[in-house]
Amino acid sequence: MSKRHLWIVMALVFGTAPVQAETIQVTIDKLVFSPASVEAKVGDTIEWVNKDAFAHTATVKGSWEVMIPPKATASLTLKTAEAVDYFCRFHPNMKGQLTVTAP
Amino acid sequence: MSIRYTAARHTAALAALLLLGTAPLAQAADKPTDPQIAHIAYTAGVIDVEAAKLAIEKSKTKEVVDFANDMLRDHEAVNVQALDLVKKLNVTPEDNATSQALTTAAAEERAKLAKLDGAAFDKAYVDNEVAYHKQVNGALETLLIPSAQNAELKSLLETGLKIFQGHEQHAEHVAGMLK
Repeated sequence: MSKRHLWIVMALVFGTAPVQAETIQVTIDKLVFSPASVEAKVGDTIEWVNKDAFAHTATVKGSWEVMIPPKATASLTLKTAEAVDYFCRFHPNMKGQLTVTAP
Repeated sequence: MSIRYTAARHTAALAALLLLGTAPLAQAADKPTDPQIAHIAYTAGVIDVEAAKLAIEKSKTKEVVDFANDMLRDHEAVNVQALDLVKKLNVTPEDNATSQALTTAAAEERAKLAKLDGAAFDKAYVDNEVAYHKQVNGALETLLIPSAQNAELKSLLETGLKIFQGHEQHAEHVAGMLK
């Protein structure tokens, strides 16, 4: 097989790969996670876009925490299938939900 | 004459403030104006920043110092937004009896805290943070937000309320950890 054919074969194989990891945005504006509830798959990335002038966190009690500085973006690539409630440790009245399923 | 008259009025105001004592915000019967609301909100923020600085200086408990740093950061950020807004709206914050009563009560609280150390300080500071945020949130909900005329000022106060409600919960959580 020529080199050129090999490339075509590879393109076909990878092109039909069943699942593409996605990036899902959650906006934080005036102390609200939006959307509050997100469904995602293992391998996807959650990107929190903080529009507030305040630092926030996305914290799962006894598990992970993502720091989200003011006017900045922070992300987390999901590694485990789990359904979790998360909140902001600085403002515990800010709440979100994340349902992660196997890819 | 006018000086004497002013002094007499100040004495009366001071007496009124002393009587108000522990719940200065609840006593503001008249609806405050926007320049007064801006002054009250800013003053309330400065008071909590001062308390936070005292806690950062005095406390040796990580949770308490972390909490104080969170208060310092958020209240300074709110006040920067408040100053930007009054500048944009061309409003001059106006001193008023409620701001003065808040400042007087805060000075007393700070004097009390300054005499305490260790676990007694931590407990008094965090308990006061719970009570103080509760008081400010009550004033925001029942008086300041409903009285605000300008939409942008109202919106900033509403965001402030959400932040301070968060602080109240955060303070309660820290108080729970100290037990």
